[in-house]
Amino acid sequence: MNQDFFSLTVLIGILTSGVRLATPYLYAALGEMLGQRSGVLNLGVEGQMLMGAFAAFYVTYVTGNLGWGVLAALLVGAIMGLAMAFVTVHLQAQQGISGIGFYLFGLGLSDLLFQKLIGTVRTVSGFPKIVLPVLGQIPFLGEIFFQHNLLVYLAYLLVPLAWFLLYKTTLGLKIRAVGENPQAADSLGVSVARVRYFTIILGGVLSALGGASLSVGLLNVFQQNMTSGMGFIAVALVYFGAWRPLGVLLGAWIFSMINALQLWMQILGVPIPSDIAIMLPYVMTILVLVFAASRTRAPAALTKPFTREG
Amino acid sequence: MKRYLTLVPLLLIALLLAACAPKPTPTAPPAQTQAPAPTEAPTEAPKPFRVAVVMPSSINDMAFSQSMYDALVAIQNMMGKDRFEFVYSEGMFNVDDAAAAIRDYASQGFDLVIAHGSQYGSSLKEIAPDFPNTSFAWGTTVDTFGLPNVFAYEAASHEGGYVNGVMAALMTKSKVIGVIGPIETGDAKLYVDGFKAGVASVDPNITVNVNYIGSFSDTALAAEAANTHISAGADVLTGTAQMVVGAIGVAKDKGVLWFGTQSSQASLAPNIVVATQVYHWEVALKEMIDLIQGGTLGGKSFTINLANGGEVIEFNPSFDVPADVKAKAQETIQGIITGSIKIELPK
Repeated sequence: MNQDFFSLTVLIGILTSGVRLATPYLYAALGEMLGQRSGVLNLGVEGQMLMGAFAAFYVTYVTGNLGWGVLAALLVGAIMGLAMAFVTVHLQAQQGISGIGFYLFGLGLSDLLFQKLIGTVRTVSGFPKIVLPVLGQIPFLGEIFFQHNLLVYLAYLLVPLAWFLLYKTTLGLKIRAVGENPQAADSLGVSVARVRYFTIILGGVLSALGGASLSVGLLNVFQQNMTSGMGFIAVALVYFGAWRPLGVLLGAWIFSMINALQLWMQILGVPIPSDIAIMLPYVMTILVLVFAASRTRAPAALTKPFTREG
Repeated sequence: MKRYLTLVPLLLIALLLAACAPKPTPTAPPAQTQAPAPTEAPTEAPKPFRVAVVMPSSINDMAFSQSMYDALVAIQNMMGKDRFEFVYSEGMFNVDDAAAAIRDYASQGFDLVIAHGSQYGSSLKEIAPDFPNTSFAWGTTVDTFGLPNVFAYEAASHEGGYVNGVMAALMTKSKVIGVIGPIETGDAKLYVDGFKAGVASVDPNITVNVNYIGSFSDTALAAEAANTHISAGADVLTGTAQMVVGAIGVAKDKGVLWFGTQSSQASLAPNIVVATQVYHWEVALKEMIDLIQGGTLGGKSFTINLANGGEVIEFNPSFDVPADVKAKAQETIQGIITGSIKIELPK
């Protein structure tokens, strides 16, 4: 053990890692949250992330332009979202099953395209780290929060934006109404289908951005199944965060910080087997979910397709 | 009723995916192989030797699976396309799918079916006795289950690990080195232990921090592990398995040196990859094929190492490896080959 476990380096290291690791989860979980608030469970997040990650990577790789790369991810996310919305809202298919279908679709297609179009693991130069003026110079906090790439900042900006959308706009009111009582919303002239199409497409776009934040932000590579379960953790984080933006942020942080903590624990030689350390974030997720289940309530119309009566 | 009807397009989509996805389709042969050509007109030409392989990740993972794919291509180039054919199923993380694929291949009459992944062992143990005329190979391990039609193969990955460790120890300035592994077992553990021994042989005071991230596919966590190592002061990194590409990306960004293993990783980051231990499974495979053609279907285990040319330390041509480091590496390789260097592994 070459460093004290409670040294400042370690603390800053854990917090910085946690803030960075939380990025893809934030995108995906905020998108998923909006969908669920309108009554649609989307289990296809992981597939949308993979497609977004691939689109951003491939277009950046070919054009050398990160802007086009991100745009491609947004577009692919929107298409994936549109397809999901069509199947669940229009065709009223069972949401869980169709979500898994879209997951497998994204997993397979992103890998297929990767093999056909790129063929082997390659790198691109992704979004560079931007040290924010003034804020980035603050001791400790600067390093932890204000020395990241653009996509990390954007993810955190989305937390207040999502809150504003949900609680301060008419559209947000409609989203919540449609998720709680679609019949009532419908009788007041709110188009349930239109609201759900909107949230699912937005969810797809955000998930794809989450994927892009990996492939052209944090890692600058694409690899088959590179999200390795993040999309499903994101769905869990929505429950964990009790369907609120701040709750989702908190959940994403706890999960990521514990992950960062376990990386440090191994490096510092804390005498526990690596297998136990690796389990920590997941065990934590399950524990919090168990507690959260008893104190919060899901949107009443979650997973229920809406059919107008009469 | 209407609601159930909507499931139909979904099912179709699901089927379509299953057909598209290259991964879970054990029977889809790649371009270079024809479907098992049934009873061709009798010709003089001998039947080609046919191999099928099942592997956990993709053939271009720059690591474990690619090392096997490259070996099969090498053998094909050696024997000729008309004498050697191979098909593969990649991305078989799911052991049940892999088992189905292995059984499929066996019943299609391949001469050799390779289960490239230690996780496939228990499946193979069940399947192999059902096909006494088919030869199987399982890696990485030394266990043939005492079955007459199973070969085992493994890599002495600690040897290249040791050489990498020696070089890393000579090149670190901060005296801190970071290691990223998947799960603390098998080939990965062997490599990491060999690497640590190599570092210690140069300077026992160098700190080697090891991080197992618990996954072969979590590229993001591998990257974060690399970040963590660098925060902890490491200026040289190494790692094993396919998710390390994430870590190589970080090393490239931060200008930290990288030592690779399994498949050549220099192309990913030409400025920071110093050297890679590259596996050449063809050394073991060629012997197996000769045995099979001579009528021996299994019962033997093979180890590729520096001495038999199954492991090669490949210096990155675009990286200017200091002459003294290179000389010491060559000396170490010779030492391991002649036996004058004994690698002490922790038990």
